[in-house]
Amino acid sequence: MNGAALLEIRNLRVRVEGQEILKGITLTVRPGEVHSIMGPNGSGKSTLAKVLAGREIYEIVEGEVLYEGEDLLRMPPEERARRGVFLAFQYPVEIPGVSNLYFLKAAVNAIRTYRGLPELDALEFLALAREKAKLVELDESLLQRAVNDGFSGGEKKRNEIFQMALLEPKLAILDETDSGLDIDALRVVAQGINALRRPDRAIVLITHYQRLLNYVTPDVVHVLYDGRIVRSGGKELAVELEEKGYGWIAEAALGPVQS
Amino acid sequence: MPGDSPEVRLYREHFAEWDALVRTHEPAWMRAHRQQAFARFETLGFPTTRQEEWRFTNIAPLLRVSFRLSAARPPALLSEQWLAPYREWAAHHLVFLNGHFVGEVSADGRPPGFIAHGIRALLRDAPEVVEPHLARSLAEAPHAFVALNAAFLTDGAFVRIPRGALVERPIHLLFLALGEEEPLAVHPRNVIVAEENSQATIIESYVSVGDGPYFTNAVTELLIGENAVVHHYKVQRESRAAFHIAAVRIAEAHMATVSDFSLALGAALARTDILAVLKGEGAECALNGFYWVRDRQLVDHHTVIEHAAPHSTSREFYKGILEDEARGVFDGTILVHPGAQKTDARQVNKNLLLSTEALVNTNPRLQILADDVKCSHGASIGHLDEEALFYCRSRGLDAERARQLLTSAFAADILQTIAFAPLRRCVGEWILREWPEWERLAEML
Repeated sequence: MNGAALLEIRNLRVRVEGQEILKGITLTVRPGEVHSIMGPNGSGKSTLAKVLAGREIYEIVEGEVLYEGEDLLRMPPEERARRGVFLAFQYPVEIPGVSNLYFLKAAVNAIRTYRGLPELDALEFLALAREKAKLVELDESLLQRAVNDGFSGGEKKRNEIFQMALLEPKLAILDETDSGLDIDALRVVAQGINALRRPDRAIVLITHYQRLLNYVTPDVVHVLYDGRIVRSGGKELAVELEEKGYGWIAEAALGPVQS
Repeated sequence: MPGDSPEVRLYREHFAEWDALVRTHEPAWMRAHRQQAFARFETLGFPTTRQEEWRFTNIAPLLRVSFRLSAARPPALLSEQWLAPYREWAAHHLVFLNGHFVGEVSADGRPPGFIAHGIRALLRDAPEVVEPHLARSLAEAPHAFVALNAAFLTDGAFVRIPRGALVERPIHLLFLALGEEEPLAVHPRNVIVAEENSQATIIESYVSVGDGPYFTNAVTELLIGENAVVHHYKVQRESRAAFHIAAVRIAEAHMATVSDFSLALGAALARTDILAVLKGEGAECALNGFYWVRDRQLVDHHTVIEHAAPHSTSREFYKGILEDEARGVFDGTILVHPGAQKTDARQVNKNLLLSTEALVNTNPRLQILADDVKCSHGASIGHLDEEALFYCRSRGLDAERARQLLTSAFAADILQTIAFAPLRRCVGEWILREWPEWERLAEML
């Protein structure tokens, strides 16, 4: 394992609309690692993902997040993206009127400019997009369509992984990218994720189900419950969760339920 | 009495002057119509916000300016440079300066019997050509401004597309206001007659070359014959100091098809009334429009679609963007007459507010007096979607770029209803060119 942490979350407490959702998260992710964060609905998984990507509606109560040693929480979302943070949305946003190709070319060029690389022209970008689209078996017609507009659930999720492939992040956070997919789509998405695993890239898989982990093997599994990481372990923890269900974690976290 | 207000008295003096000036150059019937129209104006008086139709549009700022009549044709000759922005349109251009016809630049492809000329010149040289259409049009004055236009009719275009003719080049009526220091009132009146089985594209542009105040009070009459197809665009890019009031009245015969697009970008106060009467069975109309206003501009569209015959179809789609303290009004009536069975009407108005001070009043009205019809309407007013902005920013676009991208995306579908591609490209340029990335964004439209 590489020594230096890519992402360091220290005792992060976050509130939204007056309610504390994250109650002290501590987590270290190093380049090359794949972490899986599992947990029941309402445990704070998506909040964590969006706080890391820079959604502004959350109130940081305490704690800090370092990305490559710098204060991530002070950066606007676009700066995070340009520095290599990528969030695959649980619910990708539809943008009628903007073609997928136009949108992604703008995104890729914004990031390239930040990194001191020349912008890609329309032809160069099209070639790149076609190559990356193959990775997730994304139908080329979806490149010309408006961003996510009228896409099926599976197409939207594939489009997110396609974007990840184009933007080449250092830290990819995939928020329930596996939810709502049939087994074929799940396999395609998993293949895409595996193809994008690299020694200098970390991936955080946020998921409700263990299913994705049959195809993508994580280095570490964390269980998030009621705003805290209550357990961390190897991939066998995911299997255990699948067998015993989240009730088991609730008990472990809160002690046995009194009858 | 409305007729006794000081504003009306001012116009009474102007009317005497105007009458003395034009009476010897026009036929007697024309003068009679003008006089009747002025009497009608005196009875009606200027509208106030106490009237339902003018509830959200206060014309007091217009009445505070004493406009002089644009009585004489300005000495300027038609300048090629005024037409330069429209070269790509390859149109028949009729050019009006301060409301007066100054000349034309015609493209090839004028079918026999095709007329596109200044209406005042025709009244002098060939009144019998315009009389049947103009006389009827002058007699109808639903509100004071239409009456005022009839009384003071400066000039305008008379266009006749003869029976069976396909005019491929668009016909461009370019109204240029010099916008000089002294505020002028201009009352253009256009009459477009598309005879049966004909087809044409008409573009009315209202543009200013200066930035002084003036008042455009335009009326355009479109008479669409059986099975004729007309695309009509009204492009309003007046100076921000100008007042623009316009009425577009469309009458469609059996199986006629009209698409009308109203673009409203300029003027301090802009009000457009559009009336489409589907008189013939199977007639179709599409009324589309787009407005984008900022600062303290006010833009108002009042539309009425009358389904007066069975099997007629209407589609109405208006979108608007409002910034700063701008205000917008959209009022759309769909009236289905008794017996107009199998009417199919749909109306949508969507508004995007880019500031918390901008305001829109949108008011759909359905009056359905037949029982076998399909009618629907929908209206929305909203801000840019925060989640969509975040999505763009999470992909590396800065906040301003994300805002511009989503704003132009909002406009994209309505601008795509502009079938005449060179105009669509111009509109993209006009609305986006203040943005650093406009060329790229315009590609998207």
